[in-house]
Amino acid sequence: MFEDLVKKPAAWLSGEGENSEIVLSSRVRLARNICAVPFPSVAQSGEREKAVSFVLGAIQKSSRLASGQFYNSCDLSPLDRDFLIERHLVSPEFMKEGNSKALYIGEGEKISLMINEEDHLRIQALKSGLEIKSAFELADKVDSELSSSLEFDFDPDFGYLTSCPTNVGTGMRASVLIHLPGLVLTKEIENVISQVTKLGLTVRGFYGEGSDVLGNLFQISNQTTLGKSEEDLIESLEKVTLQIIEYENNSRNTLYREAREQIEDKIWRAFGILQNARVITSTEVTNLLSAIRLGLGMGTITQVPLSVINQILLISFPAHLQKYFNREMDPNQRDIQRAELIREKLKGTT
Amino acid sequence: MLCDDCKKKEATIQITQIIDNQKMTLNLCQKCAEKRGFSSPFAGVPFPLAEFLSSMISSGPTGSGMGKKTLSRTEKETKCPNCGMTLSQFAQRGRLGCGSCYRTFRTQLKDLLRKIHGSDRHRGKIPNLPGVQMEYLKEERKLQEELKKAIDEEDFEMAASIRDKIKNLQEKK
Repeated sequence: MFEDLVKKPAAWLSGEGENSEIVLSSRVRLARNICAVPFPSVAQSGEREKAVSFVLGAIQKSSRLASGQFYNSCDLSPLDRDFLIERHLVSPEFMKEGNSKALYIGEGEKISLMINEEDHLRIQALKSGLEIKSAFELADKVDSELSSSLEFDFDPDFGYLTSCPTNVGTGMRASVLIHLPGLVLTKEIENVISQVTKLGLTVRGFYGEGSDVLGNLFQISNQTTLGKSEEDLIESLEKVTLQIIEYENNSRNTLYREAREQIEDKIWRAFGILQNARVITSTEVTNLLSAIRLGLGMGTITQVPLSVINQILLISFPAHLQKYFNREMDPNQRDIQRAELIREKLKGTT
Repeated sequence: MLCDDCKKKEATIQITQIIDNQKMTLNLCQKCAEKRGFSSPFAGVPFPLAEFLSSMISSGPTGSGMGKKTLSRTEKETKCPNCGMTLSQFAQRGRLGCGSCYRTFRTQLKDLLRKIHGSDRHRGKIPNLPGVQMEYLKEERKLQEELKKAIDEEDFEMAASIRDKIKNLQEKK
């Protein structure tokens, strides 16, 4: 399964969109529940099945969702599950235990639907670059289309009702995946994070809740979902993100002004390792790519396009690598295959 | 105060242990507390929610967190007519059972939502659903926009009249 997807670069890592050298991707997720059906965590399996068939029926009536694929989670192998998590098409939470879960992936992976995660339905729109507004517009259109055949649980005071009260109201979580090596190297990042937190936003590592910071990649999202309109929440996330981009650019300029040789040395060494390594872990790749991405942004490295860097990032993750070679591998074999694949991707770039 | 174990991070958890009648108090950071096997039943639950939930479970006037009030036994055991969830079950799980829970526990949830979101009123998208309540909601939204416009234009007479209309509408609800 998904052999066709793995050969294609993920749309959200195409390197297109505004400020895509710093902001890798933008994501908007809407939580919805179907009226009169208990939320998934307490629903009986028959009720969960009912939610799946309701959503499936609505998808079939939607013209926007006509060309995607529908999967039952029980048909997915552990490798498939990890692959989808790495690709940001589902949350790690979704792939934990529990039956009667289903997944829809829209054409081009811009839209995905998770059925019976924490809520009956999670609509996700994913775009490359700083494109929060257009991601929201897409998710909003899908929501409106689905709601013409599904009755979502809505309360005039509390808005869209969700399993966890932290999502109630708009049910919307908008986030950007942002690369901040300048702020990390100048040790300004703690300061920025504490400022951002005061503005009602949350900062997390690469893979969401509780995940560590890897490759200087951070996820910034709105913390509250009630009391403000979707547009206001998105505007404030976008404003703050633009401000962070400015801080990041200032930090990069400071670094280049004060320690150009040291920074360029770091970047070129990273490039050298990726071009020559024979055994390499995915964590090391993610961290080295951070240096290359910085080099690309500063014009130090010009021979590799951003899209290739993004492709190497994704294909280096364990499940992606195994899907790419279409066989299961132990960690040692993976480290060898990964190094070989990266050397091949970077061939002729010296 | 720094963590007794790692002596690096700020201690956020105080643990009192009594072993062989000897009382020992440890001040630990989250990580070190977990290493020693102490974990909060609310690990992973967002902060204001965890605080609210623990204040609900702890009984009597000493229950901290909420400060002013703890829930009575009957309040805690009131069942949602649709899914059967009680507030004490919600307190343990951190998740509600169904949409009706929001209606059943409206008063208590309003407090919680204000803590989490700083608001207990939805201001976002309104779905196209039938019903008098939804009509009121749409009308109220329209009036609020008119009110904002009137204030921007400094037409305070108009603003006052719109405000009265909104008040009337809210009373009708």
